[in-house]
Amino acid sequence: MPPYTTVIGLEAHVQLLTASKLFCGCATKFGAPPNTQTCPICIGMPGVLPVMNRKAFDLGLKAAVALNCKIAAFTKWDRKNYYYPDLPKGYQISQYDLPFSSEGFLEISDPKGRFETKRVGIIRVHLEEDAGKSMHDEQAGTADSKVDLNRAGVPLLEIVSKPDMRSPLEARAYLTELKLLLTYLGVSDCNMQEGSLRVDANINLHVPAPQEKGGKIATPIVEVKNMNSFRSVERALAHEAERQFEEFQRTGQRLGQVPKQTRGWDDTKDATYAQRHKEESSDYRYFPEPDLVPVAVTEAEVESVRRALRELPAQMRSRLAKTYGITAYDAEVIVNQAQPFVDFYVDLAARCGDGKLAANWVLQDVLKVLNERGIAIDKYPVSTERLAALLARVKSGDVDTGRGREVLQLMLDQGQSADEAIAQLGIAKVDAGELRKLCEELVAANPKLVADVKGGKLQAAGAFIGQAKRKNPNVDPNRVKEVCLELIQALP
Amino acid sequence: MSIVDLTAFELRERLRSGEISSRAATETYLERIRRHDKTIHAFLRVDEQHALRQADEIDARKKRGEKIGPLAGLPVAVKDILCTKGQPTTCGSRILENFVPPYDATVVTKLKMADAVLLGKTNLDEFAMGGSTENSAYGVTRNPWDVTRIPGGSSGGSAAAVAASMAPLAIGTDTGGSIRQPAALCGVTGLKPTYGRVSRFGLVAFASSLDQIGPFGRTARDVALLLEVIAGHDERDSTSVPKPVPEYSRTIGQPLSGLKLGVVKEHFAAGLDADVESAVREALRVYESLGAKLVDISMPVSKYAVATYYIIAPCEASSNLARYDGVHYGHRTDEKAMLERLKKDAAGGGEVDSPLVRLYRDSRAEGFGPEVKRRIMLGTYALSAGYYDAYYLKALKVRRLIRQDFDRAFSQCDLIAGPVTTSAAFKLGEKVDDPLAMYLVDLYTVSANLAGLAGISIPCGLSTGGLPIGLQLQARPFDEERLLRAAHMFQQATHWHTLRPKLAA
Repeated sequence: MPPYTTVIGLEAHVQLLTASKLFCGCATKFGAPPNTQTCPICIGMPGVLPVMNRKAFDLGLKAAVALNCKIAAFTKWDRKNYYYPDLPKGYQISQYDLPFSSEGFLEISDPKGRFETKRVGIIRVHLEEDAGKSMHDEQAGTADSKVDLNRAGVPLLEIVSKPDMRSPLEARAYLTELKLLLTYLGVSDCNMQEGSLRVDANINLHVPAPQEKGGKIATPIVEVKNMNSFRSVERALAHEAERQFEEFQRTGQRLGQVPKQTRGWDDTKDATYAQRHKEESSDYRYFPEPDLVPVAVTEAEVESVRRALRELPAQMRSRLAKTYGITAYDAEVIVNQAQPFVDFYVDLAARCGDGKLAANWVLQDVLKVLNERGIAIDKYPVSTERLAALLARVKSGDVDTGRGREVLQLMLDQGQSADEAIAQLGIAKVDAGELRKLCEELVAANPKLVADVKGGKLQAAGAFIGQAKRKNPNVDPNRVKEVCLELIQALP
Repeated sequence: MSIVDLTAFELRERLRSGEISSRAATETYLERIRRHDKTIHAFLRVDEQHALRQADEIDARKKRGEKIGPLAGLPVAVKDILCTKGQPTTCGSRILENFVPPYDATVVTKLKMADAVLLGKTNLDEFAMGGSTENSAYGVTRNPWDVTRIPGGSSGGSAAAVAASMAPLAIGTDTGGSIRQPAALCGVTGLKPTYGRVSRFGLVAFASSLDQIGPFGRTARDVALLLEVIAGHDERDSTSVPKPVPEYSRTIGQPLSGLKLGVVKEHFAAGLDADVESAVREALRVYESLGAKLVDISMPVSKYAVATYYIIAPCEASSNLARYDGVHYGHRTDEKAMLERLKKDAAGGGEVDSPLVRLYRDSRAEGFGPEVKRRIMLGTYALSAGYYDAYYLKALKVRRLIRQDFDRAFSQCDLIAGPVTTSAAFKLGEKVDDPLAMYLVDLYTVSANLAGLAGISIPCGLSTGGLPIGLQLQARPFDEERLLRAAHMFQQATHWHTLRPKLAA
């Protein structure tokens, strides 16, 4: 354990899954050619006016309710004023002092038990529009910077957590759970590569100091940016904690003694670096957006959103564990794969009537193929119906697990049903008399192995399995070993 | 009687009956513009070909027996702060000198749908900031009653166009008095509708929470005709209110019995010109003679209205005008020359701007005129951290109190009557060096914008120097119908609205 406590708060920007932008009708699709998803409104031409996209507001509401937030009865929009070429109006429409929701929480836990289950507080969730994207000339002075306004006006949800996380692992767990929740709700696809989930972290340390008031010293808070995966969030924060402790030991600087620093994360160098301080402290001159009317939300509306909320991941985990008798860990892994995977599992478990068996196959065999092929569950080639037929044969003992994998491989590769694949592989149950006869032959043919076993080297009996399989691939390896040992022991 | 002597309402009757063709009406007005606008300079652009094409099309449709819109070929002039698709919209500013919007303002669309003939775009104070039309980057507009005087502003071009009979109808905008004040000074009728009555989509914003588009005409009935065409909810403007639009021009002839007119004692305090006071008092007597009852009311907070306005309007303007940065459209400084200047500054030592910051600075410094810069600075300052509470937030609170003042007043009366301006039109250049004196021209008009009410200015007399004087009537929000009926009552009993300036040939 490090000689300090790490304190982390996260600020996430999540792009909402709406077909159109927050204040105009332009499409929000990722990857379109630059400036093809724009109109006079989102490029800020003179005289145009924003009109709120109700769908975006409703998605925000859904997310906030699921995050256990209080929903404001009255919320308004504000202008955040600053100049930048990718901000064509010269202000961003956001929410300042009356966000539509606040004071929620998200529960995080670790099935491996590396930290205690806890609630991470949510300070506020608000809606705002995205800015465009600047593409800068790499060698300054040789070419112009370019601006793509496809993203300008895309709806974002800003979710600000309390500094409640105490390790990079907890931070990662928070993000994983947040992403899961929002994807389950259909609020966002949370794709970090496409920028639909962006994370900034605030981190500092509490170093124990019994002589101090409060028994600790807080180090200056640093904001870490440019993290483009959950893994890099975890690594950046781990690195930053170490760096801060090293700096604290060297300088003794405390919170409040230096201005807040912003550091970027460099994934390739595995290090954070100081970003240039803004020349002057930013003053966004927030004031209420006069072009939009405030939004009133009634108790009844919030209640109907709450009632319409589908099962959330945390509830789903405990339901799966209880209903199918699987471990908390298995339930966690299944639920964390997102809804279609859960549907696949539930369907398979119902069809084969054995939740544990279904979980074993889904988590080992199905997941392995998805990972290898880089595909989602809806592209998995074998239907639950066919997979269930195979599991039924495994469960009845017709096919052992090892041969079952061979069957599944054939089903995957050649699109056969379980019965067809079993037939093609010539799998048939070997009866006891046949097995005994085979084992007698093997014992008779291998005097050296018999002597070894007799001499106490019991593991030598394993060699009989390979030979038996060559003679008849359908034999159950465990039975072969058992019978052979029995025959050898019966020898004088 | 010539076409230009007709009111818009009368001209519409003749256009409908076929006695006058739309082409004839349009040609007459274009001819009038050719003759007088060199002196008056009410228009920034007149598109003769376009107007005539439109007129011919309307005539042709009429001949084929097709249905014609309610404006039936009437020429209308539009303030150059409403976007017109494919036609320059400058806002009287250098920064938008070459700006051609790819869309029409909702009001322009409605005018076209109503078969109005768009004559051209009228002059204004840059971005509607001013009360004299002297702040236009494209030259001043002169008052048709005395060309050495200002026509008022910021819709000075629209008011002067109607006063000089260069258009029977015109569209203006009113943020602090910009329709009512020039209407008063030019001797025409101008109405500022309730905030939310008319869509602001395509109106280039000055102060979004105060701006409203409204009509100019010779009579209350003309104004009613135009208002009923441009008013109504627009799904592209969230602040436009979904209330049905009454047929103002149809109900206007119904007299109001038992009308209670509030007279604000603070309106007759020091600073009011004697000619204006006597004209307004005389107008009140006319109303009394028509059966109205005068009710003395007090609006104690109104003395803070100008101060409040000059916080809120510049704050919103500083943000609304941020988009004119030389990056996406509008004026951009000569980049080569700018980089040279930057190099020279760097050679002199000391800190210099980044090229981007300098691009912003130089483009805006060159594109905006002094009054616009002044207001951007005022607004930026008032919104800054540490000042916001003392200025902007305080102003919002006073704004609420002003509204309460009006609510109280309207519990005692139906309409409020009083002066529009403290004096008749002043001389060109008289106040250009005194911005504060210029700001006081809004003294009687700004509170209607702050409270979101409707107001109208109607001619009620002439000064001893022969200049028009206006009477202002203010109504509760969405009570334009009563406002127009009251104005019409007055115009039925007086001749002031029929007076025309004598223009040099």
